[in-house]
Amino acid sequence: MATQSSRAAARLMVAPSVIVLFIWMIVPLAMTIWFSFRIYRLLSPDRTGWAGFRNYAWFFNSPDFWLAISNTLLLVGGVLVITIVLGVLIALLIDQPVWGQGPLRILVISPFFVMPPVAASIWENLFLHPQNGLFAAAAIGVGAQPILFMESYPMASVILIVSWEWLPFATLILLTALQSLSSEQLEAAEMDGASAVNRFRYIVLPHLIRAITVVVLIQTIFLLGIFGEIFTTTQGGPGSASTTLPYMIYKQAVIAKDIGRAAAGGIIAVILANIVAYFLMRSMGKHLDA
Amino acid sequence: MGKITLKSVRKSFGEVDVIPGIDLSIEDGEFVVFVGPSGCGKSTLLRLIAGLEDASGGSIAIDGVEATDLPPAKRRLAMVFQSYALYPHMSVRKNIAFPLKMAGMSAEDQAKKVDNAARILNLTSYLDRRPGQLSGGQRQRVAIGRAIVREPAAFLFDEPLSNLDAALRVSMRQEISELHQTLKTTMIYVTHDQVEAMTMADKIVVLNAGRIEQVGSPMELYRSPANTFVAGFIGSPKMNLIDGAEAAKHGAQTIGIRPEHIDIHDSGPWQGMVVLSEHLGSDTFLKVNATGLGTLTVRASGEVALRHGDTIRFAPQPGKMMRFGSDGKALA
Ligand SMILES: Nc1ncnc2c1ncn2[C@@H]1O[C@H](COP(=O)(O)OP(=O)(O)O)[C@@H](O)[C@H]1O
Ligand SMILES: [Mg+2]
Repeated sequence: MATQSSRAAARLMVAPSVIVLFIWMIVPLAMTIWFSFRIYRLLSPDRTGWAGFRNYAWFFNSPDFWLAISNTLLLVGGVLVITIVLGVLIALLIDQPVWGQGPLRILVISPFFVMPPVAASIWENLFLHPQNGLFAAAAIGVGAQPILFMESYPMASVILIVSWEWLPFATLILLTALQSLSSEQLEAAEMDGASAVNRFRYIVLPHLIRAITVVVLIQTIFLLGIFGEIFTTTQGGPGSASTTLPYMIYKQAVIAKDIGRAAAGGIIAVILANIVAYFLMRSMGKHLDA
Repeated sequence: MGKITLKSVRKSFGEVDVIPGIDLSIEDGEFVVFVGPSGCGKSTLLRLIAGLEDASGGSIAIDGVEATDLPPAKRRLAMVFQSYALYPHMSVRKNIAFPLKMAGMSAEDQAKKVDNAARILNLTSYLDRRPGQLSGGQRQRVAIGRAIVREPAAFLFDEPLSNLDAALRVSMRQEISELHQTLKTTMIYVTHDQVEAMTMADKIVVLNAGRIEQVGSPMELYRSPANTFVAGFIGSPKMNLIDGAEAAKHGAQTIGIRPEHIDIHDSGPWQGMVVLSEHLGSDTFLKVNATGLGTLTVRASGEVALRHGDTIRFAPQPGKMMRFGSDGKALA
């Protein structure tokens, strides 16, 4: 199949979609880069012209910038760790033959279908709320002071909510990977004298590593842009304790109405995503090969 | 040591009685082959011995020690699976060393044992490859290597050669037999192929629908099958089983005569038309549509110039005919 002419034909065939996709990507990117070097404030439309690197400089000099970067990375890292550890455990559990397995699996998957602002509202008002929340009721029930989640632990609260939303995705991918593990391998390991813990460590975990890599890569892409959950709950606060890079960009674009700065923030976010992707591919990319 | 005793071992999956009750004794150092048609419960029986399935009843003893409730790891048995069940992310070396590592053996001792096993099995130059980079026969050898380093009380093989091509199957068959000569460890070998059973076994256990039909050496089963099932299953090509008037003449429900025990000569009592002749060079197998007997297989040695449509007369060799009663059991 892979003759010279068939390869040329294949290139020709896919060319239209590649070109469309390239334009689809490059036009918004080029416009963002363009705006990031312009003075473009919606509140003073008469002031235009080149801004040089001033839009970028504003970000790097902003007192919140490095906090926002570290919050973004903390959110991504925290959610990844929680979803993968719990995802593996839940996948192991629901892979067991139990009564009502089908409905159980659907229940486990269902949080994924709740849209982010709704999920965040439910968590904020029904679980984490210091007066009406379930956790507050539980705390009062055992005679303890209710925790002010959004005020005292804003990042942890956001990470908790986002983890709840993404756990089903991780579980689903890991469960399918788990089901593709041949039972004979596990039986062979059992006969070879491997305890349950060793079977997990030497057989199950290496088998799952590819699925884990896929989960990490896909989730990272989505988690770097998490916005709705922060917007509905902490609003980046208290102060700027839970401000992330996307939230900072939002504040520049919608509240300060400074499109130039927002565009510069967007480009910084693209660069951050590429740095993260580079390190991820370097450390985990090899697991994607067959 | 590896003496294995089964006492009325039963296994049912839900409602289905896969093994209704088996008594069997396997002596130390024996090469025992479980043979039977697909789905007759051979794998299930082997897995019961291995401890991968829990018996629904009865008891299993290994070297006189009650083992029915022991977990697989405690039974000192090693198993070679049909799919090889190698660990795909580990090198051949690590695969073979895995049981030793699990037993907490020191790295030097592990290396020594792995090298030794690799030498016996001609795997030395493949030790650093992954299973995915090996051929079927090499994978099979790795699986055997992983079994022998443990120095088990007995080896269990579940159709280990069924994924190999015909030529490799013959050579691996010989290798496993030689391994048995060298190690002198008990081996239990499951197959649906009666040729493997005949060529390898000290003792054959013929299974049918979860029951033992007969236990014996290959030649015992060949010479005196206990019933029509064993008669039809052991031997290649299959024994001719004849019902009806001809059988009644010999005072039996069914008579059996092997293709190699029929002679072609003009004064023979039976007559028929050749419908197919298979020339193998050393032998010629004729399918003969015999009058009053049905279709029989006849072996003629060497090259025979008989073709489709030829009529021949033939006779059973004296004393080679077997007689079976209405219950299928052999008559004395
Ligand atoms: N885990 C199981 N659950 C239900 N039935 C099973 C199971 N394992 C095997 N069986 C049934 O037991 C019978 C014997 O199977 P098996 O021992 O694998 O046969 P063989 O190895 O002789 O081909 C088959 O009818 C099969 O369907
Ligand atoms: Mg089987």
